[in-house]
Amino acid sequence: MSQAALTVRDLDVRIASADPPFTVVADMSLAVSPGETLCIVGESGCGKSMTALALMRLLPQGVEVARGSVSLGDVELTSLSERQAEDLRGNRIAMIFQEPLTALNPVMTVGAQIAEAISRHRGLSGREAWAAAIEALRQTQMPDPERRAGQYPHELSGGMRQRAVIALALCCDPQVIIADEPTTALDVTVQAQILGLIGQMQARHGTALVLITHDLGVVAETADRVVVMYAGRCVEEASVENLFDAPLHPYTHGLMGAVPRRGADHLTEIGGTVPPLWNLPHGCAFAPRCPRATEKCREERPPLLEYRPDHRVACWNVRHAA
Amino acid sequence: MADTKLRARRFRLPRRLRNAALLIGAAISSTIILLAVFAPFLATHDLAAMDMVNRFSGPSVEHLLGTDNFGRDIWSRLIYGARISLTIAIIAVVCSAIIGTIVGLVSGYFGGWVDLLLMRLTDIFLGFPPLLLVLAVVAVLGPGLFNVAASLVVVSWTEYARVVRSTTLSLREQNYVQAARALGASPWRILLREILPNSLGPITVLASLGLGTAIVWESALSFLGFGLPPPAPTWGWSLSYGTRFIRDEPWLSVVSGAAIMVTVLGFNLLGDGLRDVLDPRHKNRG
Repeated sequence: MSQAALTVRDLDVRIASADPPFTVVADMSLAVSPGETLCIVGESGCGKSMTALALMRLLPQGVEVARGSVSLGDVELTSLSERQAEDLRGNRIAMIFQEPLTALNPVMTVGAQIAEAISRHRGLSGREAWAAAIEALRQTQMPDPERRAGQYPHELSGGMRQRAVIALALCCDPQVIIADEPTTALDVTVQAQILGLIGQMQARHGTALVLITHDLGVVAETADRVVVMYAGRCVEEASVENLFDAPLHPYTHGLMGAVPRRGADHLTEIGGTVPPLWNLPHGCAFAPRCPRATEKCREERPPLLEYRPDHRVACWNVRHAA
Repeated sequence: MADTKLRARRFRLPRRLRNAALLIGAAISSTIILLAVFAPFLATHDLAAMDMVNRFSGPSVEHLLGTDNFGRDIWSRLIYGARISLTIAIIAVVCSAIIGTIVGLVSGYFGGWVDLLLMRLTDIFLGFPPLLLVLAVVAVLGPGLFNVAASLVVVSWTEYARVVRSTTLSLREQNYVQAARALGASPWRILLREILPNSLGPITVLASLGLGTAIVWESALSFLGFGLPPPAPTWGWSLSYGTRFIRDEPWLSVVSGAAIMVTVLGFNLLGDGLRDVLDPRHKNRG
């Protein structure tokens, strides 16, 4: 593997303003190489979005990185000043947000928003930045980019808005893109187009992509590697082939059983709910819902260990399942 | 598809204009403003020209609204009075809006001790009885156009600060503000480019309502003798002076009072109408 574009080591994110403070992301480690796509999967509330915000250094007030490091190439993000972080954001690391309806400023034209980001990082003049903004829109296959650039977000359809959001994220050729559920709010047909588009842009620029989703269909289609998160921890990490061939963690099993599929006569659900993060069980967080849980699971948390090449899992009872 | 969109937008305008309050308010306010602006051309008499023989003459072709206790032309004095009231009101509103908006933006966006400090400061200003505060400021600064305006700023900036702070608090959690941050925008850029333009609706509403309030205040000050000193043709002073003759000749007080009332009503209707148009919560569905 070449030098990773983004490396995260032992990241803990903590809600410090809560009483008592609790950890929402624990022991998170991941690495993405240029051109690679890493998917982070998990239920809502499992810490996916917090991980994304931590990578952007955009955690809300009262939430902090308690431990660990995030490095972008050879730059350590956690130790940067706020000003230095501003220079990197949008420039070397960018984010595509979930809701294309709300991720654009309603009172500025789409083109002006992109042009502003470009002149912010590239120091271009107004006219050059505007031309670059139209070019960025053209690259996202926005129909009639010259006209669309002069329009306000409410004048565009959902798909066009998401294209504009992508143009905004990609206008400065970032090395890393973090996409937080970029297609959840879109129609299925548009969803496929947008995912294809992100893939093309990524291939063209050799960008590393961290794609956060709860949709295993999206994972199967786009990912090179997958991280499965449960209750703030990585429970399984594997190449996409390994994961879909032989999911090792019972939670991953459960997730896959819960996807509607042709031929399956019923969906299997995972019984129970995610335990509250401020009151996690002592041992494995999944133990209360796990069909394979043993006494050991309830007492001791399983470490994330390499089970076979390119496949790591945090479970005491893997072998029984495989 | 593009065509239907354009058509939809063209149709929205008449619906907004159908808002009666906005329409009437805008008509009254713009009439008053035009009268004030073109006062020199519309005045029929010299403001100071006295005609002791024709005191308290009723409306006539010569004197459109009659004459006052010195036989001066009320119509001419009224439209020059509009100039004074509007000038003071506009200065006061613009300054209040600027100061209040800056305080509100900073307070709401940065939060923490900055917010605490600024909001306690506004609380202190709000804690004073406003009339006392205004009189104190005028008493210290002395009468005069700018001093009266300054005294009104002292009591009215707090409202902008509180409203802008609360809109800032909700706007800064918006996705597009987060998105701007993800693109490397600095806090000041976010305040100026994202939050301020999106708060202009409530600020506009407050400002047009504020014009009415400022006119009432200015009249009250003149009424009490703290406004521009005579012979300035202020509405408040005419009203107050007219009360001396109100038993026999109520005309002077009635005209000045009506001018104040109609003007304030106009700006209030305008403000309410704007609120209906700009605030989605007040907007009629469908």
